[in-house]
Amino acid sequence: MSIAPTVAPGEIELAALSEETERPWITLVWNDPVNLMSYVTYVFMTYFHYDRAKAELLMLDVHEKGRAVVSSGSREEMERDVTAMHGYGLWATMQKDS
Amino acid sequence: MAKAYGFAKGRRGAVSINLDEPERELLRSLARQIEEFVAPDPLDPDADPLAALVGIDETAEVPDDPALARLFPDAFIDDDEASADFRRFTERSLREAKVAHAQVVIAALERGASDIPKDQVGAWLGFLNDTRLTLGSRLDMTEDSHDALASLPEDDPRAGLFHVYDWLTYLQDTLVRLVMPR
Repeated sequence: MSIAPTVAPGEIELAALSEETERPWITLVWNDPVNLMSYVTYVFMTYFHYDRAKAELLMLDVHEKGRAVVSSGSREEMERDVTAMHGYGLWATMQKDS
Repeated sequence: MAKAYGFAKGRRGAVSINLDEPERELLRSLARQIEEFVAPDPLDPDADPLAALVGIDETAEVPDDPALARLFPDAFIDDDEASADFRRFTERSLREAKVAHAQVVIAALERGASDIPKDQVGAWLGFLNDTRLTLGSRLDMTEDSHDALASLPEDDPRAGLFHVYDWLTYLQDTLVRLVMPR
C-alpha cells in the first residue's frame, strides 16, 4: 500500500511557506560617538535577554564595524524592537533582509 | 569609611546616591531642561481623537534640531515615507516616555532621595543617556574629538558643556555597571 501523500506536487506552496518562516526583516544598531559600550551591552541583555557573551559580541560589532544586526523577525516585531532601541537612545533602523 | 562617590550598591537591589548638593542641583536643572526639550507639542485640537488616544501624531516630522533628530531618528535608511509613517506612530509616545524618565529623576532629587529603587534605575539610565546624547550633539562629538574637547581653554563656551558631559559619562557608566545583569 502506498503511503505517498495524496496531494499532487505543486499544490503545496513551499515558497510562500518559507517566506513566512525566513524572518525577512532585521533591526540594525549603528555606532555613535556617545553611547557607552557598557550601556549598549546592558540594553542588549535587558531588552533582548541575550547572555553577556552574545551582547558583548554584538556591542563590539557595532563599535568596530559601525553596525550590527541585533534581531530579525516579522515587520511588526522589528517595529517594536526599533521603537524600543530609540527609547533606550540607541540609533536603530530596520530593513528587509537581503 | 568614605562613601563611594556617585552611585553605589544599596540595599534590596537599590542604588545609593552620594552626590554633593551643588551636583544634585545641577542634575535637577539638567533633568528639567530635558523634560522641556523632549516634550511633545500640545495636541492639535482638530486632531482625530481616536488617533491621539493611541498615540498617533499626524503632524510628527523629522525635528530640525540635530539633538532631537538624534533622539528620534528615522527608522528606515532609504525610505522616507516609511520613516514618516513610523514617526507618526511612535514619536509622541517615545517623547512621553523620555519626559517620564526625566520626571522620575526630578522627583527623586526634589525629595532628597538617598537611593534609587530597582524599578527606577532604567529611568535614571535613560535620562543620563538622553542628556549625554543632547550634549554630545551640541558639542559636535565624534569618535575622535574627546581629547580635543578635553583640552579646550576654560573660556571656550564648550568647555563647561564638556565638563558636564564627562561627569555624566562617569555617572552613567558607574550606574550601568552596578545593575548589569549577570
